Amino acid sequence: MSVLLIAEHNNKEVKPFTLNAITAASQINDDLHVLVIGKNADPVAKSLSEVPNVKKVIHVDNDIYENYIAENYTPVILKQAENYSHIVCSANTFGKNLMPRIAALLDTSQVSDIIKVISEDTFLRPIYAGNAFATVKSTDKKKCVTVRPTSFDPAPTSGGSAEIVKGENTDPSQNTKFVKKEEIKSDRPELGTARIVISGGRGMQSGENFKLITAIADKLNAAIGASRAAVDAGYITNDHQVGQTGKVVVPDLYIAVGISGAIQHLAGMKESKVIVAINKDGEAPIFSVADYGLEADLFDALPKFLEELNKLNTIQK
Amino acid sequence: MKILVAVKRVIDYNVQIRVKEDGSGVVTDNVKMSTNPPDDNAVEEAVKIKESGKAKEIVAVTVGEEKAQETVRKALAVGADRGILVKAPGTIEPLAVAKILQKIVEKEKPDLVFMGKQAIDDDCNQTGQMLAAILNWPQATFASKIDVKENVLEVTREVDEGLETIEVKIPSIVTCDLRLNEPRYASLPNIMKAKKKPLEQIDASELGIDIKPRIEQIKVEEPPKRKAGIKVSSVEELVQKLKNEAKVI
Repeated sequence: MSVLLIAEHNNKEVKPFTLNAITAASQINDDLHVLVIGKNADPVAKSLSEVPNVKKVIHVDNDIYENYIAENYTPVILKQAENYSHIVCSANTFGKNLMPRIAALLDTSQVSDIIKVISEDTFLRPIYAGNAFATVKSTDKKKCVTVRPTSFDPAPTSGGSAEIVKGENTDPSQNTKFVKKEEIKSDRPELGTARIVISGGRGMQSGENFKLITAIADKLNAAIGASRAAVDAGYITNDHQVGQTGKVVVPDLYIAVGISGAIQHLAGMKESKVIVAINKDGEAPIFSVADYGLEADLFDALPKFLEELNKLNTIQK
Repeated sequence: MKILVAVKRVIDYNVQIRVKEDGSGVVTDNVKMSTNPPDDNAVEEAVKIKESGKAKEIVAVTVGEEKAQETVRKALAVGADRGILVKAPGTIEPLAVAKILQKIVEKEKPDLVFMGKQAIDDDCNQTGQMLAAILNWPQATFASKIDVKENVLEVTREVDEGLETIEVKIPSIVTCDLRLNEPRYASLPNIMKAKKKPLEQIDASELGIDIKPRIEQIKVEEPPKRKAGIKVSSVEELVQKLKNEAKVI
């Protein structure tokens, strides 16, 4: 049977992690259909129909789907579910909130946060904050799967021409109401998809000192991350948090500054291609995962680092 | 108002996880166990709501083996009034836990159910949402702020893009984020008092539901290890290595 992927979007554009989830979903079965639920979300349905891996787009449009409320999405998905063997979405806060609600109503034991598709029913997933990998086989007839986006490449976005069909909406929930969203806008690359990430920890000592990080991020066109300690101390907002309870990032280059390297933080970044640690404590656990460790006071090292970067003729963007 | 708080006993978050050599799981013998960290936040929030006069009773519940009652005792020591241990052997998947909790909710009739957003052992992040689904209650997941109002909760949720605020009608399920509050420590006198608080034991097999695992764990292995890196002696050397050796800048 076919696979149904639930798209995440803002009614105008597809969110990037949906493209990673599409790659995983089409590895399960290449008859992949995508469900777009939104308000005036035609551009989203159209752009997904151009993704070559997608065979069909089902578009359900209504004012009640302007904001994403799991209680409103769920009945729409359940209505479609009988035609599919698998329901898939990304394992970010969108999918984590939504999928278990669907799975429970399908009486299915969900497989969360897969990092590899082994077969139609068998998957690899991290447990214990990535300190162990489990190979698991779902025995449920219908399978509900969420995908760790950074473990799959994004699907190509052009060349396809899948048909778009309209689907039916259902009644909105009377029990849940959207109030507001405080989105943090930034010109920088998104943390989850940036090629370079530079993160600060408790060692930064203040929010003000993050300007040292910002200057380097500007130079390298990098996203800015932080440890939970830095977020809890109020140096920076929570959307920057990297770790088990924050975002999982897999950039080409991860620079950890003044971060000791608690297990919870390592869980969010240790799959990065190249890791740099700058810390004055030579015994800090972060050095055990770093390709290049610099034992130094960050307040000396960061200005020098920027100076050296400025000396380079070219910097890859 | 009555609040039911679900807690889980897991390997302590400071313990370095070791995978068993036969690939059957991780080592749990002689390993320090604690309450799942965000479940502590769930208990704390319930206690704060009770202290503000908006709740009358807090019931703490857990599902697991006999020893799991330690986590209920801990909840009783920081302010829960009564405890329930639902005894169930082996692996209990989130769907099964949700079905067990549904039975407890039917019996206890709470107005709110709180729990942590995710357990740090299986990292599933499912139980709260599943319970909300089968009860047909609204869900407020990843909560970093809870405002109890007349018949509704206003909940601020931690989402990828920042913060989202929703309003859910009571009764509802809330899953708690670590930033919701700062869990208090139990004082020694309160730990002693908690030993006298009622703790009911129920056998999961008496609830008339199927809790057999649906997911077969084929093997558990160590993640691939990173090869050891080097220490550089200066910023200049670091930049040269990044440019010429790693070729990432």
